[in-house]
Amino acid sequence: MLKVTDLHVSYGGIHALQGISLEAPAGKIVTLIGANGAGKSSTLRAIAGLIKSKTGSITYEGEELTTLDPAAIVRRGIALSPEGRRIFPHLSVRENLLLGAYSRRDSAGIARDMEWVFDLFPRLRERSEQKGGTLSGGEQQMLAVARALMSRPQVLMLDEPSLGLAPLLVKDVFSIIERINAEGRTVLLVEQNAFAALKIAHYAYVLETGRITLHGTGEELLADQRVIQAYLGG
Amino acid sequence: MTIEIFLQHLLNGLTLGSLYALIAIGYTMVYGILRLINFAHSEIFMLGAYFVFWGVTLFHLPWPLALVAAVAAVALVGVLVDRVAYRPLRDAPRISALISAIGVSFFLQNVAIVLFKAIPREVYRPEWLENPMIMGGVRVLPLTLFVPVLSLLLMLGLMYIVYHTKPGLGMRAISKDIETSALMGVPVNSIIALTFGLGSALAAASGIMWALRYPQLQPIMGVIPGFKAFIAAVFGGIGSIPGAVIGGLVLGFLEILIVAFFPDLAGYRDAFAFVLLIVVLLVKPTGLLGARPEEKV
Repeated sequence: MLKVTDLHVSYGGIHALQGISLEAPAGKIVTLIGANGAGKSSTLRAIAGLIKSKTGSITYEGEELTTLDPAAIVRRGIALSPEGRRIFPHLSVRENLLLGAYSRRDSAGIARDMEWVFDLFPRLRERSEQKGGTLSGGEQQMLAVARALMSRPQVLMLDEPSLGLAPLLVKDVFSIIERINAEGRTVLLVEQNAFAALKIAHYAYVLETGRITLHGTGEELLADQRVIQAYLGG
Repeated sequence: MTIEIFLQHLLNGLTLGSLYALIAIGYTMVYGILRLINFAHSEIFMLGAYFVFWGVTLFHLPWPLALVAAVAAVALVGVLVDRVAYRPLRDAPRISALISAIGVSFFLQNVAIVLFKAIPREVYRPEWLENPMIMGGVRVLPLTLFVPVLSLLLMLGLMYIVYHTKPGLGMRAISKDIETSALMGVPVNSIIALTFGLGSALAAASGIMWALRYPQLQPIMGVIPGFKAFIAAVFGGIGSIPGAVIGGLVLGFLEILIVAFFPDLAGYRDAFAFVLLIVVLLVKPTGLLGARPEEKV
């Protein structure tokens, strides 16, 4: 279980997170929803170790992560597919995927997982020798998710995986998230598309200006009047 | 000018160009990753030459062993410079690291003056590099072949590391996006240290061969070759390793040929490189193979 307790983060004089507490139990899909700038990405970035100055506690299976660097956190089995995809445009699709597996040493396992993500995303297999920068937006998003999977994470954090995708692709991405979860992996999902996220989430948190204002199961929040009005266009 | 003499000039240009290229690679690799001009790189070059001198005279090592030991020791110095002078400034504004680099440059020069004394020193040269051979009517010093051949081998070795190994993949990744590389589990600081180590090793090899060709050691001997290699890196497109190689070779050839064809201009050979820098910056600041600065989407 991934557990965040009273997490505070500030940068440039902005108090971005003001005491976030949340839990992502093993094997569940947990989603964070909220407006732009509410602190969703900051939460994921802090868990991944990209934000150094933070207070509070982040533990995984009881181990404190707050002082670890990003590479060490990946080795603990927590991977982040960052906002904006951030694929390496000058490297081939295959090299991008190998980077995702950088923390691993089992070359046989890496080769097996390469096949596995190619099965999940057949388009990537077709384009495996192409430079990442030549892929379409949707393919780049798939590459970003596949790359995060290459570390064989127990906890997969996805930051806006559906951003900028055509509706049909959005559906694909969400069904792949469910498939990944069905294999026993925990998913911590940040989404603008609150409706789609809540539908697949076992548990959800609503963030507003750096605080959690509501939480409950996906179903509960889907039925919550405040959520409907603020995030579901009701 | 006879064809023999022309070939001789070409060989000299190739030699000089390879030496520039080896230094330029170090500038370009560090710049590619940290966006830092490592001004201490000229001194790394100088230390290579002195360390061999020390190895031979002080420790009485056989020359080939002294060469290897010097390259390894200088690589360590390069890693140490990064650790002490640049790494603590990683999150500071870029100008701070640049100032630190200038400081390290002066520091190493002065350490060299203290350790090796400011008087120019003679260099030991193995005899087999000195006996001229006749090849196709051209009188060739083995040294003139030794330098380009060893340089080529070193560059091929570097290319192999950068393009065909896992740490090389890490280097190419962090040169584009340090943060995302860290997310992938790339140990950023170790890869940067490796970059400094490799760049310094090549500069040391260049310094050692430079001292064989221009056999005099001085603590400031790195300054002019360092500037010229920096110009070569900018000309080739700073951040690009093939660019640094091409830039170094072009600069070496041009310098030798200009002096050969226009002996009256020989006194301006150093000025010529700087004119080239100014022209490149005015006409094509990204250099021959440099990437256009990308817009963040």
